[in-house]
Amino acid sequence: MNRKRADGDEASAGPPNTDVLRALVAGARQRITSAEDLAALSAVEAELTGRRSALATWKRELGGLDEAARRELGGELNEKRRVLEALIAERRAALVEVARAGVLEADRLDLTEVIPAPGPGHPHLVTRIREELEDIFLGMGYEIAEGPEVETDWYNFTALNMPPDHPARSGQDSFYVDLGDGESVLLRTHTSPVQIHLLERGVLPIYAVMPGLVYRRDTPDASHLPVFHQLEGLVVDRGITFGDLAGTIETFTKAIFGEDVRARLRPGYFPFTEPSAEFDISCTICGGVGCRTCSGVGWIELGGCGLVHPAVLESTGVDPEVWSGFAFGFGIDRVAIMRHGIEDMRAFIENDVRFLAGC
Amino acid sequence: MRVPLSWLSEFTPLDVDAADADGVAALGAELDSLGLVVEAVEHVGGGLAGVVVARVVEIRPIPGADRIRLALVDAGGDEPVEVVCGAWNYVVGDVVPFATVGAVLAGGVEITRRKMRGVTSNGMLCSATELGLGADASGLFILASTGTADGSLPAGLALGTPIAEYLGLVADVVYELEVEPNRPDCLCVAGVARDLAARRHLPFAIPQPVVAENGPPVGSLASVVIEAPGACRRFAARVVTGITTVASPRDVQRRLILSGMRPIHSVVDASNYTMLELGQPTHPYDLDRLPGRGLRVRFARPGETLITLDGEARVFGVERHRSGGERPVDDLLICDADDVPVGIAGVMGGESSEIAPGTSAVLIEAADFSAMAVGRTARRQQLRTEASTRFWRGIDPEGPVRAADRVAGLIVAAALAAGAAPPVVAAGVIDLQPTPVVRRTIHLRPGRLNVLLGTSLRTDAIAGYLAPIGFATEPDSAGLAVTVPPFRPDVEREVDVIEEVARHLGYEHIAPTRKRSPGVGLLTAHQADRRRLAGLVAGYGADEAWTSSIVNPGHERKLGTGTAPVELVNPIVREESALRTSLLPGLLGCLRQNASVRNPAVRLFEIGHVFAHPGAGVTLPVEREQLGVVLGFDGDGAPEAVRLWQGIAEGLGLADGGLGLVQDQPGSRAVLAGAGALGCHPTRTAAVAGADASGTVGTVGFVGEVDPAALEAFNLAGRRVGWLVLDTVRLFALRRREGRGPVLSRFPSSDIDLSFTLDSSVPAARLGSVVRAAAGEYCEDVRLVDVFRGPGLSPGLRSLTFRLRFVAPDRTLTDADVAVARARCIAAAEAELGAGLRG
Ligand SMILES: [Zn+2]
Repeated sequence: MNRKRADGDEASAGPPNTDVLRALVAGARQRITSAEDLAALSAVEAELTGRRSALATWKRELGGLDEAARRELGGELNEKRRVLEALIAERRAALVEVARAGVLEADRLDLTEVIPAPGPGHPHLVTRIREELEDIFLGMGYEIAEGPEVETDWYNFTALNMPPDHPARSGQDSFYVDLGDGESVLLRTHTSPVQIHLLERGVLPIYAVMPGLVYRRDTPDASHLPVFHQLEGLVVDRGITFGDLAGTIETFTKAIFGEDVRARLRPGYFPFTEPSAEFDISCTICGGVGCRTCSGVGWIELGGCGLVHPAVLESTGVDPEVWSGFAFGFGIDRVAIMRHGIEDMRAFIENDVRFLAGC
Repeated sequence: MRVPLSWLSEFTPLDVDAADADGVAALGAELDSLGLVVEAVEHVGGGLAGVVVARVVEIRPIPGADRIRLALVDAGGDEPVEVVCGAWNYVVGDVVPFATVGAVLAGGVEITRRKMRGVTSNGMLCSATELGLGADASGLFILASTGTADGSLPAGLALGTPIAEYLGLVADVVYELEVEPNRPDCLCVAGVARDLAARRHLPFAIPQPVVAENGPPVGSLASVVIEAPGACRRFAARVVTGITTVASPRDVQRRLILSGMRPIHSVVDASNYTMLELGQPTHPYDLDRLPGRGLRVRFARPGETLITLDGEARVFGVERHRSGGERPVDDLLICDADDVPVGIAGVMGGESSEIAPGTSAVLIEAADFSAMAVGRTARRQQLRTEASTRFWRGIDPEGPVRAADRVAGLIVAAALAAGAAPPVVAAGVIDLQPTPVVRRTIHLRPGRLNVLLGTSLRTDAIAGYLAPIGFATEPDSAGLAVTVPPFRPDVEREVDVIEEVARHLGYEHIAPTRKRSPGVGLLTAHQADRRRLAGLVAGYGADEAWTSSIVNPGHERKLGTGTAPVELVNPIVREESALRTSLLPGLLGCLRQNASVRNPAVRLFEIGHVFAHPGAGVTLPVEREQLGVVLGFDGDGAPEAVRLWQGIAEGLGLADGGLGLVQDQPGSRAVLAGAGALGCHPTRTAAVAGADASGTVGTVGFVGEVDPAALEAFNLAGRRVGWLVLDTVRLFALRRREGRGPVLSRFPSSDIDLSFTLDSSVPAARLGSVVRAAAGEYCEDVRLVDVFRGPGLSPGLRSLTFRLRFVAPDRTLTDADVAVARARCIAAAEAELGAGLRG
């Protein structure tokens, strides 16, 4: 600290001339730029511009000069001080930046070395498709109705205009359970019993879809499971027409499969609808030109539909002369298969997490 | 139904050439649009160069081979040719198609000379399928049987003739149609042709069969009695004598083959051909082998037996119950005049009166048996035949006589074509009709039709669609009186007629309209909660599984004392024969499945129905929706399951965080005795209890771990698996935090930590409640932040640290305020639970 102050000694020798000042600035510049850190810079700053610096001393001694010399030298001293201050500020900014860079570099992290935490799980593909379908119909103002999976044969068959000898009623096609008299209680073979419950509720009009599990006595293979998901729709209102049915099928198939998809209705047969139809969509793979997926016909069968048979309305006490309606149904799993190219349905119930997370 | 284009064209001038691909496709599209679904289109005929007619003259075994034999065939050359053949349905003297070396079969297979088992095969003997002539691939296509290597050949048959020339093969197209149950009229070529003719506005006619009667009155040769008039509404019979069974004319054979049937001989072929053409099944009896030369139609007496044409001995009149008992049933039989059964009405004939090579007199039966009678018997006998299918769907009650005429005409024509002696057709037809056919009349309101279809068809246009398909119309007060043709038994009410109009108008010509619900589409509260619940559990880290609700009843038993499940009476396999009472077995099965492919760690959940036996007097099972979650990550267990539950309670906004966990204390099993605790770990499971909106407290599920014994049963021994099961209906009924936003204090809060030592047998939750109650009105929150056992604590004690947060709505609390509350907590913990403050 008792360092010899050369500048001060020089200054005491009297007012500096121009050469002395220029030399001072040149020497100062050299000292500022060679200051290695902020502490060194602060020390240099004190020596060059502090109270004991040559500049300060000279300024104090200005009073001893005549006015002209005082003004000239004072202006020059101020200018040199500004120059030095600017040089110091510049050097300080540079040193701050270097220091910050050092701190940041020490803090460097490779973000690709982050060990993954267990992530969120996944809703089942069938659930996702089902909710998407539900949302489409909610958007059309429909309600979503649900019902039990075990039903009496009245709800599953009789009320749906299926005669006592209908093959679907046989133990060959449907699962019966050890309840009720004889074979009269079964796992529902479609979600249609929910339609009957809705009609029996007696609140009209009805605009509803019924998603849910249904059961058929099929041995599992790539395209059949004895348990699968279906979605049916039921609309009963005054003046419902076959055209309304065709328009509704068109609307929701486009919503599911895209605007380019076309739908068509062909005559079909179901005991609970009349007229009945099968509905197809243009093949989503080839666009309707014909390919292996659609067996070359350009169309893929999606489900069945029709106007509600008057006998069904009558069986639930709804007057078919006043009310009419349409119904449709298709497999949710089938939509999933078509949209995600799943080759074997059994993957659905195997629940390998790679499958659950993968599609 | 396989329908050849050439046959259709016989009833209406379709004018579609088999070689015209566009015309063939357009016709297929029209069939689709009519509701006759085209499942396949087959192009047949043409080709087959190098395939000739040959006779088998000798059959030799091949040493060391038991599935193939060596056949020597005479193909018109100087020497017999040696061919190796794997079929077994032929004998010496049979005339068969022989593909010579170089021939190309249907599907492009080229025949080469091959050596098998040291024998050279110089070609191949063919089935109908190999020639592209139909669906019969079960054996060689036997063109004729001559009995011996040098027996006399049928007229017009020369060995070595190209098969195409012999069969008169012409290019043809076969449409394979799926006919819906409500279209019995289209189970024959004529019916399909009628629909197409109507769509194309072409004339349509079924030619009247030509029968030259040249024998004695039929009544002098045979008799028929109907004893069951309810089940046999009509019985027509013709008698033809002086018959020698010959091969049918080529065209008849060809069409039978294309339709998927195998030609046998002129009599059986005539019957089959008529059924395919007109839809009326008929049955020929060897009249000389019918004792009493007559038939009686009656129901079987219990236990009566008959050997049918397929060689099966069958029992009638009784049905065995699943339970083991027997009950009498109505089986309609055809008996001879001595009352001995000779056939099952409408299903299959008996062996005793089968047409054989020596048959010379034939009684042709063409009857209208009721759908119920035929259908039920066919089902009981597990014998579905072409005939039974047609009766079950419903035949044209006005068709039997025409069909009997057609069969007789075909038999005569076949004999004449083959150069055999002309058969003698008895004069007249036996035609019993206990119940005359009354044609149904339906009133059709054109206004109603247009309302339902969304069309604006004029009355005459409607009549115009109906007339060509046999529906006669006449204006009446309501609009149109529509007379339903007899071949449409399915048409019963106005709406059925409306469907016919829509079908022939074409569904594609009904303009789609946008109908929107007048209501607002909203999820129910339950549905919205369920979506939220699934989102919370998935967000927590579990994948959603879908397991079958049909389970192995043995698995449920393995898991403990679960109640007996509802069982299927007709399962496919024993392993899937009960309805699940819990989601746990299915989910454990999934863990097992994932473990078997070494998927490292698995968390799974499912939301689905479980089923329980109902109480006495209730028909349907108790069906509830549950959430089940298994946590199988390393380190997962009861704590993780509890955290998941806490997250669910928070996510659903349950008041008081969903309230309490109720756990059995040492020595007690009261909590886990509750229903739904199947497979729960006895000392690491708590019941999840809460209060619903009315304040009623109940259990909504269980949280904890899976019982090690259950894990062992599923080959998962040695793991810890967290388990959470919740009844969704009860869960969603729990009281929620009120909807009003909380009023937040603007003043700083004070947190203090209190560590207590507490006996391990006292639940931490009890201490928490005691502290909470003692902490006073300014205490905003009490939560457990640390549990410690070990050095410095006596065995049987653990340290529990609670963090308490105090805040006042209107001022900053002083240290003195907090100290007072702290002292109250410490005193209460000591007084009520003996818990000491840890220094
Ligand atoms: Zn395609």
